[in-house]
Amino acid sequence: MKQKLRPLEVIMNVLFLLCGLVAIVFVLFISIYLILSGLPAIREIGLADFLFGREWASTAAEPKFGILPFILTSVYGTAGAILLGVPVGFLTAVFLAKIASPRLAGLVRPAVDLLAGIPSVVYGLIGMMVLVPTVRELFHLPDGASLFCAILVLAVMILPSIISVSETALKAVPREYEEASLALGATHIETVFRVSVPAASSGIAASIVLGIGRAIGEAMAIIMVAGNVANMPGLFQSVRFLTTAVASEMAYASGLQRQALYSIALVLFLFIMLINVILNTLLKRKKG
Amino acid sequence: MKKRSLALMLSAALCVGLLAGCGGTGDTAQSPAAGSNSPVAGQSQAPAGDNIQLTGTVNTNGSTSMESVMGYLIEAYKELQPGVTVNYTGSGSGAGITGAQEGTCDIGLASRDLKDEETGVKQITVAKDGIAIVVNPQNPVADLSLEQIAALATGEIGNWSEVGGSDGQVVFIGREAGSGTRDGFESITGTEDACKYQNELTSTGEVVANVASNPNAIGYVSLSAVDDTVKALTVGGVAPSEEAVLDGSYAIQRNFNFIVSDSAALSAAADAFIQWATSTDASALIADAGAVPVAK
Repeated sequence: MKQKLRPLEVIMNVLFLLCGLVAIVFVLFISIYLILSGLPAIREIGLADFLFGREWASTAAEPKFGILPFILTSVYGTAGAILLGVPVGFLTAVFLAKIASPRLAGLVRPAVDLLAGIPSVVYGLIGMMVLVPTVRELFHLPDGASLFCAILVLAVMILPSIISVSETALKAVPREYEEASLALGATHIETVFRVSVPAASSGIAASIVLGIGRAIGEAMAIIMVAGNVANMPGLFQSVRFLTTAVASEMAYASGLQRQALYSIALVLFLFIMLINVILNTLLKRKKG
Repeated sequence: MKKRSLALMLSAALCVGLLAGCGGTGDTAQSPAAGSNSPVAGQSQAPAGDNIQLTGTVNTNGSTSMESVMGYLIEAYKELQPGVTVNYTGSGSGAGITGAQEGTCDIGLASRDLKDEETGVKQITVAKDGIAIVVNPQNPVADLSLEQIAALATGEIGNWSEVGGSDGQVVFIGREAGSGTRDGFESITGTEDACKYQNELTSTGEVVANVASNPNAIGYVSLSAVDDTVKALTVGGVAPSEEAVLDGSYAIQRNFNFIVSDSAALSAAADAFIQWATSTDASALIADAGAVPVAK
């Protein structure tokens, strides 16, 4: 009986191994490809001119390839989204994990899950048709497409990841901690914020980093609301992110312009790698 | 419990990382495909007399604005003459004309007419490219001159009241760098690298949607993309239409030309391709590509 099973087990082992390798292969392939195709343009333009150049005019008679406006826009946009999204997301997570009655939580949680499932192009479309005109009229701007709209869209988009990861972390706090706190006479809210939240802090931090990763990598939703002009960022300026810089010009790009787009993708990739390293460090600290 | 949530978070992080990495490239990969949609129309109209099967390679080189038209033509010609391979290289009109002069390509492609000093070659117009200037239907302005349009694009005129409209800051909406429509608009109005965009969008549909939603917006789109949600301006009193583009009265237009050498003889395949592309058989394809066919 035992011997009969063995070949099947070997086969299944190999199959599992192959499946496990798929992710590694893709990550390696994408990394190598991006580095190889991103470096030539950086070498031609010059690293300092590329990263710190304030002007992008890729098809001009005298082309300029400075991506500082894109980098700053991505940083500001992500920071803005975190600033708006984290308080809301964190408090929602606290509410779901510790305060809401099971029935109410059962109503809110699926809504959050649904929010996560909405395709980014839908966020973009609604942003473009509803948010942009509203912002234009509310702030008396000539045109609503701006960094501000992008921040609002991103803030909503990162909510689900912040909520669900924070909630998981809060729920993982051992019941004894809270019971001890309550037994010492602390109120429920005091217990939540003085005991549960600190105990779950690294998980909550991880959720924020996850939100940053999502916001900085988003392209489709913000290409429709940000205006996509290579301006230095301002709250009500038409701006272009690192992601949208690649997406908007790729279709008809050629020569150095195309190579420079790969270089932008490489910069973006490095940003995301950095964020993942931070995330892993946070998670490891929790483990240790 | 702790371990499981950890695994969950880690895998979630990985997923986000992967998705984020894919997002950028995935979005862009779709755009070029739109240009090379295999056209169905036109094939059935293949000329009955053209049953001689040719072989050979035709190299075309030049205008990137003609990429869409050439894509449609090449795709359909492949069905018609399977033995003939037509290649397209987008390098710019100037390079296309030089290529035809020096014989490095069979057919040069230029989205402008030949200048007097460009000798030794002749142009065969295959299509015309008309660009409509659109504003919001609420905008009272109905007619602008080419100079006014250029001034609006560069920001020289910043308020609609300066051109007879109601008070409001002009919002100039255009296409991304590299787009043929942008290149066409800027070269015809003489505003290359000088346009002050408020919004750079990646498709004609987005430009129309944005102009339709903003009362102070002005934008440019291919003639074929104008619909009821926006108002196409008359330019110098001439309304944009295929007829006005064909008879040359509408100003914002340019020719898509094949450039061939005066002296060197064309290969049979190249000659047949030009004959076919400039005949009415290719008209539907050219119209599908967003240009105005000239064959009658």
